[in-house]
Amino acid sequence: MNNTCYGKLIFELSKPGRRGYSLPENPWTAYSTSQLPEGVRRQTAAQLPEVDEMAVVRHYTNMSNNNFGVDTGFYPLGSCTMKYNPKINEELANLPGFTALHPAQDERTVQGALALYDKVQRTLSEIAGLSEFTLNPYAGAHGELTGLMVIRSYHLSRGDHQRVKIIVPDSAHGTNPASAAVCGLQIVEVKSTPQGTVDLASLREVLGDDIAGMMMTNPNTLGIFETQIPEIAALVHECGGLMYYDGANLNPMLGVCRPGDMGFDVMHINLHKTFSTPHGGGGPGSGPVGVRKGLEKFLPNPRVRRDEDGTYHLEHTDTALGAVSAFLGNFGIIVRAYCYLLSMGREYIPMAGKLSVLNANYIKERLKEYYNLPIEGLCKHEFVFDGLRPEYGGDHHDPGHVTTLDVAKRLLDYGYHAPTIYFPLLFHESMMIEPTESETKETLDAFIDTMKRIAIEAKEQPELLHTAPHHTPIRRPDDVKAVKAAKFVF
Amino acid sequence: MKYLPHTPSDLEEMLRVIGVQSLDELYAEVPEELKLKRELNIPAAMSEIEVRRELHALAGQNRQLCVFAGAGAYDHYTPAVIPYIASRSEFSTSYTPYQAEISQGTLQYIFEYQTMMARLTGMDVSNASMYDGSTATAEAMMMCVAAAKKRNRVIISETCLPAILDVVRTYAKFHGVDLVELPAAEGRTDRAALDRLLEADDVAGVIVAQPNRFGVVEDFTGLADNCHSHKALLVINTVASALGVLKSPGEWGADIACGDAQSLGIPLSYGGPYIGYLCTTNALIRKMPGRLVGQTTDADGNRCFVLTMQAREQHIRREKATSNICTAQGFMCLYVAAYLSLMGAEGLRQVNDHSYAAAHHLCDRLLATGKFELRYPELPFLCEFTLRYKESEGVAALRDRLSDAGFLLGVPVAEHPDEIIIAATEQRTPEEIERLIQSLS
Amino acid sequence: MAKVIEGLYYSESHEYVRVEGNIGYVGITDFAQDQLGNVVYVDMPEVDDEVTAGEDFGAVESVKAASDLISPVSGTVVEINEALEEQPELINQDAFANWIIKVELADPEELKGLMDAATYETHCK
Repeated sequence: MNNTCYGKLIFELSKPGRRGYSLPENPWTAYSTSQLPEGVRRQTAAQLPEVDEMAVVRHYTNMSNNNFGVDTGFYPLGSCTMKYNPKINEELANLPGFTALHPAQDERTVQGALALYDKVQRTLSEIAGLSEFTLNPYAGAHGELTGLMVIRSYHLSRGDHQRVKIIVPDSAHGTNPASAAVCGLQIVEVKSTPQGTVDLASLREVLGDDIAGMMMTNPNTLGIFETQIPEIAALVHECGGLMYYDGANLNPMLGVCRPGDMGFDVMHINLHKTFSTPHGGGGPGSGPVGVRKGLEKFLPNPRVRRDEDGTYHLEHTDTALGAVSAFLGNFGIIVRAYCYLLSMGREYIPMAGKLSVLNANYIKERLKEYYNLPIEGLCKHEFVFDGLRPEYGGDHHDPGHVTTLDVAKRLLDYGYHAPTIYFPLLFHESMMIEPTESETKETLDAFIDTMKRIAIEAKEQPELLHTAPHHTPIRRPDDVKAVKAAKFVF
Repeated sequence: MKYLPHTPSDLEEMLRVIGVQSLDELYAEVPEELKLKRELNIPAAMSEIEVRRELHALAGQNRQLCVFAGAGAYDHYTPAVIPYIASRSEFSTSYTPYQAEISQGTLQYIFEYQTMMARLTGMDVSNASMYDGSTATAEAMMMCVAAAKKRNRVIISETCLPAILDVVRTYAKFHGVDLVELPAAEGRTDRAALDRLLEADDVAGVIVAQPNRFGVVEDFTGLADNCHSHKALLVINTVASALGVLKSPGEWGADIACGDAQSLGIPLSYGGPYIGYLCTTNALIRKMPGRLVGQTTDADGNRCFVLTMQAREQHIRREKATSNICTAQGFMCLYVAAYLSLMGAEGLRQVNDHSYAAAHHLCDRLLATGKFELRYPELPFLCEFTLRYKESEGVAALRDRLSDAGFLLGVPVAEHPDEIIIAATEQRTPEEIERLIQSLS
Repeated sequence: MAKVIEGLYYSESHEYVRVEGNIGYVGITDFAQDQLGNVVYVDMPEVDDEVTAGEDFGAVESVKAASDLISPVSGTVVEINEALEEQPELINQDAFANWIIKVELADPEELKGLMDAATYETHCK
């Protein structure tokens, strides 16, 4: 993927008079936008590129060579679940019977689409141990926001207006408190124990009749299963709050232990993590939200309902929290997830979870002599190293020590994506590794060997790591200049 | 199973290294009472042939209609090059481009997208993170409140699409924004009522739509000045494609331009995935939600692109963030960037011209049947227009009937059962329009 | 080792006040700038705004972090350090010389609740 010879922007390829489109002749020449009142018309044309079709194809194809993806290499990216994105899903999601549907079509003409939505909804409900899912939220963060709206709607429906606080562990993803704030909730942070799990004593201190609920992920962001989850859920429920499950770490739990059975009332699932839809460079994703029995009526409009005769219709109700999407969410992504659910089925969905745990523990065991493992014991789908061990250049007291950033950048030289770094915030040199179940033992072994080689380099040639990467399309970028130069358009 | 590569010998050796006897022992710490002691009650695994059969069957239960409707989703043409480029899995299977050294492809096309959207909207800067037009508008509302600091009231004109109003209303309710919905005045924003509301000097922002829900192209002369003289921000929601010919939000003096960019090459896909856009001025950049790509140089001094201004964002600001957006709607940015690269300003103008002609011709043909009248005859429209259906049959029955004949005719107006909002794009042919007219009777 | 200056008042959230008469010069400490790294933006209030001890009056932003500025004192902003608008990096060069806001103190008694240099130095360890 070393493609440094091509570095132009599409605007730099533009030449007046070139064109990349072909449109039919306008058969109704009597009409033209020049008939619109002058005052509402654009006075100067937008400066868009003028390029021929091949220039566009070559431009973007060359750019794609400067990109790393699951299809090009291993992505040990913690909390992101970069599993394989099956190709049959892409093909089937692009069937015209799905892509050509207009969202305003009447229900009779989209029965297949509504059936698919309902089948995915039901399958997710069973996997999660909950009653019903909405697939309308567009992303994980959007699911969180929607789920919190469900929780607030529940309290408001009971006249519990004072419940405006949400408990979030300090190890949570930053999105949790941000979603809560957007939902108008105040955040109460509870501390973690030295083992990285929720501290029950701290939790008890903040419980009260102003608590709307608690957001958690289990396993937590350290990859540790919170074994006290029944007690935590009981405490929060006793004080009248609801439990929210951040589905970011659902993968290892598939078919083993369901959020609903753990005591959670509301959750979101990231279809782009757990159910194999492509991350697309950051989006589009999909963040379905599931609820326990009794909370269904708060799910956002519209809801897909199945009638007695097996037909489907859309329902809008006043008890719903409102709407969070213009239509039925990212339908195209839902189709992909359905293909995955069918391909895996009840036999292999649980295997995915277990093998993701196997892969994570295998890497952890084989690298802990080289990297600091702050929390011993079995991890789930991911784990965290706290930087290199002191004998491998990671000594914090040495001003020239090799940091997690250096290791991450050196991995790029060897053709791997970096782990998630400097998160969670509980450690200074966090390096969060999640291999997923998709990877072969050979891939893991090669990655382990590379991580060991980097540790030895860190000991013997630290400068090589401080200046890494050396073999990528670009070298380390100047982040300060990016903010100060503030150049966001060509 | 082809997605799970572990052989029995792999399992054996890996379990040995970890020091456990079985996969189940990897869950030793999970309390027994929490474990699911049965098989999941979901369908059994299917082969690829069976999956294909099932999905073809479901797709076959949908009917592809000849689309004469818009309401936020437009049946514009997607050039063949776009799905071809989008099929490059180096793009589709990549993560958010945090590791800039191996993500220049994503970062560069997002930078190009930002540039194109800023130019199209006439604004200084564009983000790359909105899910759709409705949530982009909700984000714009929250941005107004965050920028104003001490004001909490936002006015939204009911000339915005109902789907947008529903979402904005929902966000406002939970975020604690005092949202005032301004009823439309005969197909347009009620400027007189708006001016009266602004007089209170407590409005953080004003949201209007162009073309509006009824298809009407409004004249916003003086609107920005009125808002600004009362220290309110002006937000204009526009169908992105229409910016090829309509005066841009920047030219109107808006502070925030937002809307859906589905109309720029993205298939209808039963409502998603689409991409919302949100563009603003340099003055408001730190209040803007979502991902932003900036240009910089690398250690060798070469031009490159990075995610920047991240200190605004949720993963750093946590509860102080003004938005919880994490998405970089990367893949859909690629659709839009490729579309605008191919079309250029002239192609986009032709698409609008053709759509305008198709819609106006269709409108004339429908009026000529004597069954309809134009709801707002004095007001200009682009490719979408509102009619009143004079027949006793009613709009709902009409739409059902035409649906059976293979047409999606417009969307109903909930509060006026005899009104219908119809659209046409460059994909509609004279033959299709004639067939539609014949199907009416 | 981060610099600490005698004679200033320090807050737990790493702001300082230098007092001259009834005017307080408020900024962030050398320790704070060191923790933040390259400062790229300072969000400041406007002249005549009221600030309250313990409440935020702005934010300071580096490439990968953003930190609220918590006012150690209450009063009225009489001047902001406009040089920081163009050159936020001045804070990295000398955090104590480059104060952020100048406040007319409403209640000098509040200073008693802040730390002296020696106590603050211990606080940073």
